[in-house]
Amino acid sequence: MDEALWAFGRVSGFVSLALFTFSVLLGILNRSGRRLLVLPRFSISLLHRNIALLATVFLGLHVGSLLLDSYAKLNVIDVLVPFLGAYRPFWQGLGTVALDLVAAVVVTGLLRHRLGQRTFKAIHWLTYAMWPIALAHAIGNGTDGTGKWFLVLAVASVAAVGGAVIWRLSATFLETAKAREGGLR
Amino acid sequence: MSRTLHIDWTKCDGRGLCTELLPGLLGRDDWGYPVARRGDRTDIAIGRDDAEAADEAIKLCPKLALRVVGGGAGSSGRPAGC
Repeated sequence: MDEALWAFGRVSGFVSLALFTFSVLLGILNRSGRRLLVLPRFSISLLHRNIALLATVFLGLHVGSLLLDSYAKLNVIDVLVPFLGAYRPFWQGLGTVALDLVAAVVVTGLLRHRLGQRTFKAIHWLTYAMWPIALAHAIGNGTDGTGKWFLVLAVASVAAVGGAVIWRLSATFLETAKAREGGLR
Repeated sequence: MSRTLHIDWTKCDGRGLCTELLPGLLGRDDWGYPVARRGDRTDIAIGRDDAEAADEAIKLCPKLALRVVGGGAGSSGRPAGC
């Protein structure tokens, strides 16, 4: 049973990070106001949200299975307070920080209509901190984190998200950027 | 009083989600902003067929710029479940 929990803890962490990477990319694309091939804007918005929620479910399974597993020596305090862990406390602590940030982003996301746009947005920006912290946690703490295939995927993810952020900051990011510049004529 | 979809122009940023969900009610100008196909440009009458799509648009508007005004009991302008 312990073996199974350990294996599940590892794979669920990987799945969660992969889904979060997808969601971050969709979130940035969504902000541009552009469609994705045949996908309308509202579909991208829903995909962004639902993939993030699915990632959060896998994050819950990741933490839950490792809590029950005796090998990881994880306890309830480590889930909430970073850097106190028994095994690689710094890298595990990054995971705790990412978990706390995910909790804040998800809760404020679900309550967006009640909190108002400004609060929602301020917290939602924390995602830009959460994602690299989660990736660092995976590399530094994961059993496969420094494996070749994982590092190749990590480099590809950093390139994708980094490229999306650079695009996000560029002048032509918005679908309507050209028109709003007055370049219609 | 019939239900209308109210666009808060101080919040709207012309992202276009509402125009996709309500193509019969809203067109889009060159800058991306929604344009009512007929009638008032800020308070757009919602027909029976568009009620559900209008609720979706309110929920999904990335700038929270939409709400429902008027209509029967229970429509407070805040979408159910959000």
